[in-house]
Amino acid sequence: MAKVFRKPASFKDVSTNYCPGCGHGIIQRIVAEVVDEMGIRERTIGFPPVGCAIYLDLYLDFDMVQPAHGRTPAVATGLKRVLPDHIILGYEGDGGLTAIGTAEVIHAANRSENITIIFVNNAVYGMTGGQMAPTTLISQKTATTPLGRDLKRDGYPLRLCELLATLDGSAYLIRTAVSSPANVRKTKKAIRRAIEVQMEGLGFSMVEVLSPCPINWGLTPVEAMKWIDEKMIPYFPLGEFKSPNSRG
Amino acid sequence: MDKRVLMRGNDAIAEAAIRSGCRYYFGYPITPQNELTAYMAKRMPEVGGTFIQAESEIAAINMVYGAAAAGQRAMTSSSGPGISLKQEGISYLAGAELPCFYASVVRGGPGLGNIAPAQSDYFQSTRGGGHGDYRVIVLAPNSVQEMANLTMLGFHLADKYRNPAMVLADAILGQMLEPMEFKTPQFSPLPPKDWAVGNMEARPPRLISSLFLGEGKLEKHNLELKEKYEKIQAEEMRWEGFMLDDAQVALVAYGTCARIARGAVIQGRAQGVKIGLCCPITLWPFPSEFVGQLSKNVRNILVVEMSLGQMVEDVRLAVNGRCEVQLYGRTGGGIPTVEEILERVSRL
Ligand SMILES: Cc1ncc(C[n+]2csc(CCOP(=O)(O)OP(=O)(O)O)c2C)c(N)n1
Ligand code: SF4
Ligand SMILES: [Mg+2]
Repeated sequence: MAKVFRKPASFKDVSTNYCPGCGHGIIQRIVAEVVDEMGIRERTIGFPPVGCAIYLDLYLDFDMVQPAHGRTPAVATGLKRVLPDHIILGYEGDGGLTAIGTAEVIHAANRSENITIIFVNNAVYGMTGGQMAPTTLISQKTATTPLGRDLKRDGYPLRLCELLATLDGSAYLIRTAVSSPANVRKTKKAIRRAIEVQMEGLGFSMVEVLSPCPINWGLTPVEAMKWIDEKMIPYFPLGEFKSPNSRG
Repeated sequence: MDKRVLMRGNDAIAEAAIRSGCRYYFGYPITPQNELTAYMAKRMPEVGGTFIQAESEIAAINMVYGAAAAGQRAMTSSSGPGISLKQEGISYLAGAELPCFYASVVRGGPGLGNIAPAQSDYFQSTRGGGHGDYRVIVLAPNSVQEMANLTMLGFHLADKYRNPAMVLADAILGQMLEPMEFKTPQFSPLPPKDWAVGNMEARPPRLISSLFLGEGKLEKHNLELKEKYEKIQAEEMRWEGFMLDDAQVALVAYGTCARIARGAVIQGRAQGVKIGLCCPITLWPFPSEFVGQLSKNVRNILVVEMSLGQMVEDVRLAVNGRCEVQLYGRTGGGIPTVEEILERVSRL
């Protein structure tokens, strides 16, 4: 019988250690599929982030450089300048990109660095036990907002795509989700496009993926997918915020 | 062959880096090292290199981390406040065993302090400042010539040991103009960078990381680092002695203070004082054996520093109570004079 569903070659022959229903595994599988389909494995460099995806190198089968929390866009800049023909594929959470590393991502985008960032927005700090992230929704309960995120005290959830879209240096910015098979397919298409933009030398590209963290949201895996659709997407609308064609 | 040229200290570091094959410079402006950054901005494009003015010192050192991970000679430079921000990155570079070079041209601290010459970042340089059990090779020039020589040596040692190496200078050395010559050093061959990422055809993937989570893994890694550090201590200690043979009093000083102390030795000798100078070139590894040996022959040691007592701690550890060790320290931009030093010596 012909095999119709198999592990991508760029995904190592191991099972992941993510919680049941976690989005990281889905997104990393997509990355592996895209890298396979584009035939770029030997020229791709990944970045295991400080966050739940810290073991990215255990799953994805290409060269990896591990930066400090939030510093991926700066480390990626240094690497890309040395290896301009390589695909530099950052991967970070909302803690890394919208809190501790905000300066690094804004300036990498503003310099129009030819790099791609996969931004996994799960509205919490997964790894450290579900604390508030800048992307945590108003009233959302987390370990550090036990009564819910308070607008007056904690400010507004931060929309990174929209923020980076104001910069002339960003080339391709899109927000997707992994909450349904259709959204997973769109995420895959977006990651492929982001890498193409990098390979064409068009500038900074980022795919923000709304991703479930059922454990820290206190939901079942199925409920968590629904929560993305019903709670996250209204605040974090899906779609393209910048694309090389839409540049003025 | 190269001829003698008049160079500024900061420029000498930059040009020596270029001549060492460094093609990646990432920096953020700060006085008193701005000439170095400006020199790189002009020179890097001329040699086909990359210059980036980063958004912060944090970003700059992380760009160095990226370029170093790809196996290239990369550097940054700053002064105390900026080095404070780089310490995070330096700890990661040390943990991941990535070679890199950086220069710290010290100004007065703590805090914003001032922009006058100081040596108050000896601890910051030799004791890390970043987290974890790690060491950085610290080289201390005392002339523009040495700014260049030690920069070249720094790049070599960084590659030799897969470790960050730095030059620790001060505002005087950075700004000073002196005749000097770029010599091509004869270094031993270096090991291939068979750990660098990129161009993965026909080999398994590589990982550059400072993460060692499994049981016992970090202890093993840190013990391997320790072994490397011990090798550096055994092989790379450098110092200079001046008129120490019959000295009863030894001055110990590095950098700008070593120049002034040398003047004090010459003047003191002319007055019949049996005085000499020990000048550490490597601050880490500190030349403890030599200083320890010295303490057997002299009556007193006077450490001269532009800080209120940092290197003096290493001297005391090396001397281990065998002779008197005193400090003459100035701070916040104060510079010791020959007369002050000799006056201190007369009171020992
Ligand atoms: C400098 C520094 N500060 C804090 C931490 C602790 N820390 C580890 S992961 C993390 C947050 C991770 O959240 P996120 O980036 O959203 O990734 P996720 O786990 O949600 O995928 C924090 C704060 C650290 N490792 N380094
Ligand atoms: S804590 Fe959340 S993000 Fe982390 S592995 Fe579990 S589900 Fe995934
Ligand atoms: Mg997160």
